[in-house]
Amino acid sequence: MAGYILRRIVATIPVMLIVAVLVFLMLRLTPGDPAAVIAGDNANAEQIAAIRTRLGLDQPIVVQFFIWFGQILHGDFGESFFFKKSVAELIVSRLEPTLALSLSTILIAVLVAVPLGVLAAYKQGTVIDKIVMGFSVLGFSVPVFVIGYSLIYLFAIKLNWLPVQGYQRIADGVGGFLARLILPSLTLSVIYIALIARMTRTSVLDVMGEDYIRTARAKGQVERKVLFNHALRNAAVPIVTIIGFGVALLIGGVVVTESVFTIPGLGRLTVDAVLARDFPTIQAVILLFSFVYVLINLVVDLAYRVFDPRIRY
Amino acid sequence: MRKFAILLAAVAALAASMLGARAETTLRAVMHSDLKIVDPVWTTAYISRNHGYMIYDTLFAMDAQGEIKPQMVDKYEVSADKLLYTFTLRDGLLWHDGTPVTAEDCIASIKRWAARDTLGQKVLSFVEAMTPQGPNSFTIRLKEPTGLLIFALGKPSSNVPFMMPKRVAATDPNTQISDFTGSGPFVFKQDEWKPGDKAVYVKFDKYKPRAEAPSGLAGGKVAKVDRVEWVAMTDQQQIVNALLAGEIDYVEAPSHDLLPLLTEDPDIHLVDYNPLGNQYAFRPNSLQKPFDNPKVRQALFYAFNQKDFLDAVIGNPNYYKVCKAMFVCGTPLASDTGMDGLLESNFTKAKALLKEAGYDGTPIVLLQSTDLQILTNLAPVAKQLMEKAGFNVDMQSMDWQTVVARRVKKDPASAGGWHGMLTSWVSADILNPVMSSFVNASCDKANFGWPCDAEMERLRDAFARAPDLAAQKQVADAVQTREREVVTHIWLGQWYQPIAARKSVTGVLTAPVPVFWNVEKKGS
Repeated sequence: MAGYILRRIVATIPVMLIVAVLVFLMLRLTPGDPAAVIAGDNANAEQIAAIRTRLGLDQPIVVQFFIWFGQILHGDFGESFFFKKSVAELIVSRLEPTLALSLSTILIAVLVAVPLGVLAAYKQGTVIDKIVMGFSVLGFSVPVFVIGYSLIYLFAIKLNWLPVQGYQRIADGVGGFLARLILPSLTLSVIYIALIARMTRTSVLDVMGEDYIRTARAKGQVERKVLFNHALRNAAVPIVTIIGFGVALLIGGVVVTESVFTIPGLGRLTVDAVLARDFPTIQAVILLFSFVYVLINLVVDLAYRVFDPRIRY
Repeated sequence: MRKFAILLAAVAALAASMLGARAETTLRAVMHSDLKIVDPVWTTAYISRNHGYMIYDTLFAMDAQGEIKPQMVDKYEVSADKLLYTFTLRDGLLWHDGTPVTAEDCIASIKRWAARDTLGQKVLSFVEAMTPQGPNSFTIRLKEPTGLLIFALGKPSSNVPFMMPKRVAATDPNTQISDFTGSGPFVFKQDEWKPGDKAVYVKFDKYKPRAEAPSGLAGGKVAKVDRVEWVAMTDQQQIVNALLAGEIDYVEAPSHDLLPLLTEDPDIHLVDYNPLGNQYAFRPNSLQKPFDNPKVRQALFYAFNQKDFLDAVIGNPNYYKVCKAMFVCGTPLASDTGMDGLLESNFTKAKALLKEAGYDGTPIVLLQSTDLQILTNLAPVAKQLMEKAGFNVDMQSMDWQTVVARRVKKDPASAGGWHGMLTSWVSADILNPVMSSFVNASCDKANFGWPCDAEMERLRDAFARAPDLAAQKQVADAVQTREREVVTHIWLGQWYQPIAARKSVTGVLTAPVPVFWNVEKKGS
């Protein structure tokens, strides 16, 4: 097992290398000049050229790449073109909001979706099943920002129960932290609830006809135990896969949600950096997201063994 | 009984202290953009300029009537030959670190600003020497007279000649400063600045305002709130929601299409703070065929009309004005001279000019910015009017930053260059021929578009030498008349951006820049 984990971690190195090359090249090939953005409307060509030189953008692309890559090998992601701060410092300062949003979203999604999916499977063909599946279709279909605006209109503007926007660090008070996290987490979790509930229902239905379920019922076990101890555990592998997939998809979701709810997290940092063509920041954030993606896949693979000890690596 | 008396005294003392203590007032504002660059001399970005007005002060400033008034300067004298200016600073001016503002600080600041600013460079070309005359007085000796010196020192918009301590002003003009010590009415809280989240300013208790009432950017700068937070928000709908919910107090640039949502709410008011507003402009690329031919550029002047552009973007006539004056209606240099028959969509005349120029139907690459609501609809209107006049237009859509990168390319339009683009200027940036970047016709040294006309440059030089307003006005009229021939750009009307604020916020000043002194907020 330890050998497997080590092999998987080593395998991330070429993946990250390819990501690094692709990100670097794509940024240089897309239109946009950070120097012109920084200089402002009144700047003349000389001023823009001076900024370009200062940022090292006048160097050949290959030279720029090796300078950047050399810095990364030393753990230095460079300095943001705009903020006069190290990229690492920027990322660390934005980590807490994104982590809080992601974890709360996944928590809500799993706590709501798994029971709903099990219920829908157990009540297959009934009104309850149809309601749950109808909700799933709706959850897939409605864009995140529409859900966000609707929740804001209802809970923040009309009922005045929750704040419209913003983020409060947990260190500044748990109450404010939770109050500001509820709406964005609910908004973002809708699509994952739909996704996980649907997958749970299908997986549970698949195992409900198995012999061991019949045996459990024949032994006189109560339905709750049959469902959660026998059916759900055996249906867990595909559910865990889809949860892992959902966590990876969250990276895209937080970009929209953080923008709508004015949460100063990594998603907004990415948007701001892209709009401003802040190359060092974009490169570092995408590398980080790629690393997280690879890591999540590893965690999901390892989780399979927990739910199904027959799986060997 | 004695215990009761002691208890009563304690309660009375507590009540007195509570009454005496004043709740800190925090004004939460959403500005037009997030603050990213904090050196207002290094960049011309308007958000950095607004930041500059928070923490720095200026020697002179423009008042509500458009006149330049002393600000940090107490008094100044001009010699009879108009070559020697002597400035005396007001007593009690302090930097945020508590040290006094000196003449040497001001001279160093003027030098750094002039190295970056177009108007500053022009003015400095007239300067023979700047010399301190003691701690709070200095002189500027000119090689020849110019009417621009005082105006330049009171220039209201980017780049503004903000005064900085000598140690800061000594920073290379091409390098951003990292010490944000100013002498303005607010102090920048660098430790609380989180780019992409918020910028924080607190009242500078030792600031000594002028005795006069505030007027425009001049007069007494009295900070009436303890703390100002610029909250970074990008989603226009959410900005409106947050204002309606009372989570923020002030929005600098609410989207025009969302204003009806705000006017419906009794707790919100709109403030037209900037009577000069902004001006739309079309910039042709004079290097590229067919716009290298002045007659083709003149055809644009006949094809366009301002109302179509303003209706398409702003919509509500309360927030725009059709104005043929290049140097902005409502200013001393405003004039209709030379504008007869122009900007009236006379397609017959435009077609005749294109025929006369031998226009062969070369596609005109028109850059359209799609992500800035205030610019997006301009290019489609330009395309439609140009096509009616006989142009073949290839409108290419892209985000603003791509437009910014592409417009500085001199390559042919077919190889990643461009023919025309549209933008908007803050009117305070284009008040005369020397300030206005688009009028600069110095060929390769000119701004993107690179117009090239020796006569226009001669006129701009004559403006710098004009000794008084009457002479300046005469030259400005000549510049506008010359524009009819040269067509460095086409101005497409003025528009206005009101501030939206909670009614608890009062005292917003009428000025070309949103400033926060004199602004009060009821409650905390």
